[in-house]
Amino acid sequence: MLVFTLRRLSLFIFTMLLLTLLSFSVNFLFPGEAIINLSGAINATPNQLIELNEAYQTHRNIFWQYIAYLGHIINGDLGLSMASQSDISTEIVNLLPATIELSLVALLIAMLIGIPLGFIAAIKHNKPTDNLILSVSMLGYSVPVFWLGLLAILTFSINLGWFPSAGQISLLFEIEAVTGIQFIDILMSDSPYKWQAFNDASAHIFLPACVIAVAPATIFIRLARTSMIEVLDTSYIRAASAKGLTFRQIIFRHAIRNALIKIIRHIGLQFANLVTIAMVTEVIFSWPGIGRWLIESIYQRDYTAIESGLLVLSCFIFIVHILTDFIYAALNPLARGNKYGA
Amino acid sequence: MNYLKLVPTALLSLLLLTACNEGGKLSLSERSVIYCAEGSPETFNPQLVTSGTTIDATSKQLYDKLISYQGDENTLGPALAKSWHVTGDGKKITFYLRKNVTFHHTDYFTPSRLLNADDVIFSFKRALDIEHPYHLVSGGRYPFFENVDLSALVDDIEKINDYTVRFHLSRADNSFLANLASDFAIILSAEYAEQLTKKKAKSDIDTHPIGTGPFKLKEYRVGSLIRFYRHEKYWQEPAQIEQLVFDITPSNTGRLTKLLAKECDVAAYPIAHKKITERNDLSLEAVTALNVGYFGFNVNKAPFDSKLVRQAISYAINKKTLLEAVYQGNAEMANSILPKTSWAFDQSIPKQKFNPVLAKSLLTLAGYSDGFTMDLWAMPIQRPYNPNAITMAKLIQSDLKNINIKVNIISYEWNTFLQRLKRGEHQSFLLGWSADHPDPDSFFTPMLSCSATHAGTNTTFWCNQEYDAMIKKALQTPKINERKKYYAQAMAILRQEVPLIPIAHSKRYQARGNNVTGNILAPFGGINFYQVAKLNLTSKNTGTKQSRKRRKNDIIHTGVN
Repeated sequence: MLVFTLRRLSLFIFTMLLLTLLSFSVNFLFPGEAIINLSGAINATPNQLIELNEAYQTHRNIFWQYIAYLGHIINGDLGLSMASQSDISTEIVNLLPATIELSLVALLIAMLIGIPLGFIAAIKHNKPTDNLILSVSMLGYSVPVFWLGLLAILTFSINLGWFPSAGQISLLFEIEAVTGIQFIDILMSDSPYKWQAFNDASAHIFLPACVIAVAPATIFIRLARTSMIEVLDTSYIRAASAKGLTFRQIIFRHAIRNALIKIIRHIGLQFANLVTIAMVTEVIFSWPGIGRWLIESIYQRDYTAIESGLLVLSCFIFIVHILTDFIYAALNPLARGNKYGA
Repeated sequence: MNYLKLVPTALLSLLLLTACNEGGKLSLSERSVIYCAEGSPETFNPQLVTSGTTIDATSKQLYDKLISYQGDENTLGPALAKSWHVTGDGKKITFYLRKNVTFHHTDYFTPSRLLNADDVIFSFKRALDIEHPYHLVSGGRYPFFENVDLSALVDDIEKINDYTVRFHLSRADNSFLANLASDFAIILSAEYAEQLTKKKAKSDIDTHPIGTGPFKLKEYRVGSLIRFYRHEKYWQEPAQIEQLVFDITPSNTGRLTKLLAKECDVAAYPIAHKKITERNDLSLEAVTALNVGYFGFNVNKAPFDSKLVRQAISYAINKKTLLEAVYQGNAEMANSILPKTSWAFDQSIPKQKFNPVLAKSLLTLAGYSDGFTMDLWAMPIQRPYNPNAITMAKLIQSDLKNINIKVNIISYEWNTFLQRLKRGEHQSFLLGWSADHPDPDSFFTPMLSCSATHAGTNTTFWCNQEYDAMIKKALQTPKINERKKYYAQAMAILRQEVPLIPIAHSKRYQARGNNVTGNILAPFGGINFYQVAKLNLTSKNTGTKQSRKRRKNDIIHTGVN
């Protein structure tokens, strides 16, 4: 396990170095001066500019400039937003938890719906149920998310009035942001309307999370289906059934556990996909997350924000990958071997 | 089996959780109102701006004035001053203040005393006295006070005792009281200002406001929301709602969606009026704003130096089509420069007729039987009083073609347009005027007086001594009926002379859920949430009845108050 951890850690460090190299070089490709793009200080006075040039070591060669840039990132200094002139790292710290919250809830919904449906399809392999589930998943996969989001707002918010259409929580509730994860903050707050706020927040997260969940859920259906079919075809299942176990016992005691292991590995991969979908959905549902912020930054040509935002987001996705790898390794001893190490 | 069984239970519980939400939230939402506003305020001090968005968010929510407009007739009534007295020569005006007015108690300020004369003097001196320590805080521009030239009018503000203040004016001016009742003449706290001076945070006075109004500021997130709490110790009955939230939603469709999804109770400037009126749980309301969109002539330039030509054109224009095509029916036809809601509006003025035959004969009389070619300047941007001047110009073009007048439409970028107009480079133009307060003088003097030709707000350059004499007399008489007569005479002169053709008074729209009662919109100035209340959604049948009853009461209430 130690070797496995070390391998992951080194992979992480090298990938991050590559990513910073990329975001560093992008500063020279964006229009405008590299030092302004790096720091976001568009209104800097000549004196401040001199200080900035000193801080980013622009008089030295490109290698030292890169080192200086790394130093700033490690210290948590991602520069200023060109549009609002506020500190990008504080903005990201404020916004990222909302995105994480939304993505996690969406992931949960996608798993809760996708995996059981996939299993059912596999058990009813080549029967009408299987075909039905597969065609529905095909449909779900092909629907563009922005259209689905608007349709969901039109049906569930405007026509039926079941769920709110925008934001994270009704503006009436004052919840102090401590962790940034709304649900935890609500539970920690001492507001007299705590449970009302909790209900309101769940109503707000429901529609966007479901919209995001649709595409990954269809992928989980296929993954669960294939992996279940594979498991059902193995010799140990046949042995179990030869032993005289009932079909239920076989599925719940042997098949599900083994099929799940294969799926967990893919959850990490799906998470990247899910965050991309979440970014578009945040715009539609006015969710105060990093996706909406990034897309607004693109509109406003806020290069510093784009570059730093992407860096943080990719770093975050990479951490999720590593975490799922660990979970996978913990669950499946085979994966800890050298063969799967890299 | 366990796992499979769990899935539907989990989903069900999630659904239940969200379903019971509506019932549970009521207790807080019943006592609060969310208003979907169209933009962020620039500051929290209305003295510093003229922008409608800022006035809406601040003036009537956070502050009070010495006197205010009351009732349907918009007559002046007491507010922070319980009474006032004007001397015979009209030059000394004494205000007697209420003795029970408290300032807001907020996270950033705890008042130790009630409102007194110092606060009044501080508030006005700040705007009028260049040497006042707070004059230059936040830029030192007070556009409303500069426009009406209040600093030249007010010689001194004297403190007689703690609850009596006297204004010494350089001349009698009847619009002075009207100006004091406008949304800009609010009362700040001198005690708060003193504290800020000590803390060296003077500019906080405009960003962290303290006033005496029905609501106090709790939280402001730029571009996102403004949260107000009720001012519990308000000098009148406290407001019925405890919390007022401005949800800042600049996108038109965003506001509509939130309104339809019931995420806001009241929405500013709604689009898709039909969609809103179709729903029986929402209602659309409108007030005719105190403004006028008009077609003006430069009387210094031929052929518009001839009264007959101007009259001819006024008969040749079909205002009805203009209203339908340009305002989409969202405006009232203008008969004079004053809207119907003004107390000086004269019912006896006959409606302008559409009569091309008469127009032609008038043109012949003026010596232009073969017609002529003219330039028409159309403003390039959308304003409340004229949402689309270019379309209007095209319609006028086709109307005037019928009486052999060829129209060239000209437009410049907005600032250039205004500058060139001021220099008098135009022949005729499409423009409008929005009044700051309901005193009729805010139309007559700045739009058409001789002095306004120098100030650049009268771009017809029409200067009529008789008209000027009328409006001056009207300003010097305190008696409303006499003033009315003078204004009626002034309007009769305008009708004869036609320096401009008034076209429309546009309306301001607002949409709200039917469970929200109380007046919010006013024909002039900012919105007001003081009288707003919310009905319980669950008792639907009794609710609507009650709301009708309540609304009637409100009207009576405003009439008396």
